[in-house]
Amino acid sequence: MVDVLIGAQSVTKRFPGVLATNQVSIELKPGRILALLGENGAGKSTLVNMLFGMYRPDEGSVIIKDEVVNLQGPSDAIRRGIGMVHQHFQLVPPMSVVENIVLGAEPKKLGLVDLPEARKRVLELVTRFSLDVDPDALVEELPVGTQQRVEILKALYRNAEVLILDEPTAVLTPQETDHLLQVLRDLTTRGVGVVFITHKLREVLAIADDIVVLRNGQVVGTTTPSASSETALAEMMVGRSVLLRVDKTISQPGEVVLEVRNLEVDDDRSQRAVNNLSLKVRKGEILGIAGVEGNGQRELVEAITGLRASEAGEILISARAVTNTSPRKIASLGVGHIPEDREKHGVIGVYSVEENAMINRYHRKPFSLRGLLQRKAITSHAKEVVNEFDVRTPRLDTAVATLSGGNKQKLIVGREFSGEIKFLIAAQPTRGIDIGAIEFIHRSIVKKRDEGAAVLLVSAELDEIIGLADRIAVLFEGKIVATLDAAEADREQIGLLMAGVGVS
Amino acid sequence: MNKKLFRSCVTPVAAVALGLIIGAILIASQGSSPITAYQAMLVGGLRDSDALLRTFQKATPLIFGGLAVAFAFKAGLFNIGGQGQLLIGAVFAAGVGFGLDGLPMVIHLPLALIAGGLAAAIWGGIAGALKATSGAHEVIVTIMLNFVAGNLTDWLSSSPWKDNSGDRIIARTPPIEPSAEIPTWGALPVGFLLAILVAIMCWFVLERTTFGFQVKSVGFNKDAARYSGIRIGVITASTMAISGMLAGFGGAVESLGVDGRFEAGVNVGLGFEGITIALLARANPIAVIPAGLLVGLMQAGASRMQFKADVAPEIIDVIQALILFFVAAPTILRWILRFQNQTDEDLKLGVGWGSK
Repeated sequence: MVDVLIGAQSVTKRFPGVLATNQVSIELKPGRILALLGENGAGKSTLVNMLFGMYRPDEGSVIIKDEVVNLQGPSDAIRRGIGMVHQHFQLVPPMSVVENIVLGAEPKKLGLVDLPEARKRVLELVTRFSLDVDPDALVEELPVGTQQRVEILKALYRNAEVLILDEPTAVLTPQETDHLLQVLRDLTTRGVGVVFITHKLREVLAIADDIVVLRNGQVVGTTTPSASSETALAEMMVGRSVLLRVDKTISQPGEVVLEVRNLEVDDDRSQRAVNNLSLKVRKGEILGIAGVEGNGQRELVEAITGLRASEAGEILISARAVTNTSPRKIASLGVGHIPEDREKHGVIGVYSVEENAMINRYHRKPFSLRGLLQRKAITSHAKEVVNEFDVRTPRLDTAVATLSGGNKQKLIVGREFSGEIKFLIAAQPTRGIDIGAIEFIHRSIVKKRDEGAAVLLVSAELDEIIGLADRIAVLFEGKIVATLDAAEADREQIGLLMAGVGVS
Repeated sequence: MNKKLFRSCVTPVAAVALGLIIGAILIASQGSSPITAYQAMLVGGLRDSDALLRTFQKATPLIFGGLAVAFAFKAGLFNIGGQGQLLIGAVFAAGVGFGLDGLPMVIHLPLALIAGGLAAAIWGGIAGALKATSGAHEVIVTIMLNFVAGNLTDWLSSSPWKDNSGDRIIARTPPIEPSAEIPTWGALPVGFLLAILVAIMCWFVLERTTFGFQVKSVGFNKDAARYSGIRIGVITASTMAISGMLAGFGGAVESLGVDGRFEAGVNVGLGFEGITIALLARANPIAVIPAGLLVGLMQAGASRMQFKADVAPEIIDVIQALILFFVAAPTILRWILRFQNQTDEDLKLGVGWGSK
């Protein structure tokens, strides 16, 4: 019986200009779940990438089954029984579950893939670990939670004794999350060890046996759920006391700013994603759209902001019809948009902080005069945004790609908030960023509301919706299935609505 | 900043060096001395004012062609149609050059240049407009337009605009009027100065104007550009038009400053070398100047090299191809030279491919 399934002994990893992990030691024993907790940039990913053989430690060593190993790469780690489930699934959507699982390690007969044998082995695994997956289904047709189980099966198929999961719950509904936690629990009873990266405190307390908190590349605490609490963990992560809930007053809704009537929008595959949807957002209120990702949120937001064509229905902003008009026209009505995909829409990575701070208004005075860019105005504007929104950047001409997610997001928020904003769309405004930045962005959004802006908040984080919104609309399969007052909203009930339960 | 400049020079300089080294091996394998050959090349391109004039003349269309490709690159577009655009520019500049007379030089010469540039702008703009409206890939469309341009200019110079004096065998236009000729000051062709001026203007447009900001935004991140309200289609079409115009200027300068007329078959291949130049310059308009001069020098010295070292002049094409190969595949270069911790941002060659 091995003592330590996988571990790190004083591992240090440096990247140019950054000490990613500094003398970090962890160990995972068989049948246990180790939660790695920390903000973005704390070194969690670097650490597990070393455990999985993607990076080599500069100092210290990786231990697998009580032996110091020198991993040559991920395939070496897999051979030694380490499996990793990445945040972004590595699946081939049009292929079946069986095909995905055996891909790269196919059983062969006469040099050809032996699919019946593969199917048999997969079924065996499914039964042994009681994972509820149809082996013949196509991956693209499966819900996200099931796709994740396919990833887990992929690792188990390769005889993983250790499962490393990187932010596994980011894309799941509360119910799917519960299911995943149950699956992980079951796995541990069969001797599998689990390393679990997250920044969600609730989950850590619910599932972990051991908790290791990282900050700035160092272990700042090792604890267990029974000896800790959400507040204590949050403080350990951030290094100071934090406010987990947003202080806000009761909203004072005014006239309707955004009105959506019977909207129909298609997704990229020309499937109807928003289905006869109507909603209103008033001045001075935050309407939160709750829902599992992929239920039409993206298409709704893109249609409102002019990035995607609507097939039918009407969108009005301040009583002006803006259906299928250009993003610029819509922005000129005083619309700020924090886009869901920061890297795709929000910033241009190779551009500097300065340039990104004005990219929504580069064509206007004072940034552009007679077709020429006005460097002075651009710099001074960026200075204001950086100061006011606490963007941590070495210099104003630093390329935005080098900033952390939280700082990029603060820059986007600062940019969208500067200027007259009547209506704000915030899509996943705090995805993947650290608690400090989340706190700041939440307060900024509430402040905008109090200044009289209408806010449409779209988030997959139910806690964020419940914490910020004045009214909550639950989106399921492109329709709003319920609208609730935030005051009377119940987590359980919303979770069920999100999963389509009780929806006729 | 200097460090950054140094880093971005490493790949091109190493590529050139490696190209020359392999070229030397090839020369040696033919039984000639690489040192004699390269010496002859340098002498042939630098020794006296004649040699320098040759180098500058060779470099001029290369710089224009390089600017055309580099400018399109900034918007994420790969203009392979430099050849066709150059031909169109050359024939229309020549057309205005011989077709009008009695004009003073200050009017005639600019008019001929503009005619060439404008015609080529339309030629490049077609590909841009098609991409903007229907998503037709610019690489495919510009390649096809190269053929159309080749045949169109052949026809123009062999039928309606044919020079009917003399033996009438060659498909070419009559010589241009003296008032449309680009002068040469000693060893310095004015067309070369024009190329430098245009390179600086390209830099200015890209780095200092709102339009250039839009072009680069589209190239760096099309989605974010759209989100910011930039009209991708308009930028795509106008960038391709500008790119075409730049290549067209190269052709116009050939007609008005070197050949004195348009002759079918004379400018073949010139437009494609712009791709090498742009890659060597890493799509930086200012760096296009030294890149063009370098290749221009090699070409200017090629015939002396053949004469002195008995090396086939095609070796220059091989070296050029090797250089292109190494700039285009920095990973191979890095592997050969064992760069450590290379953080130099690579120029994406795949820009435009596979994207809508």
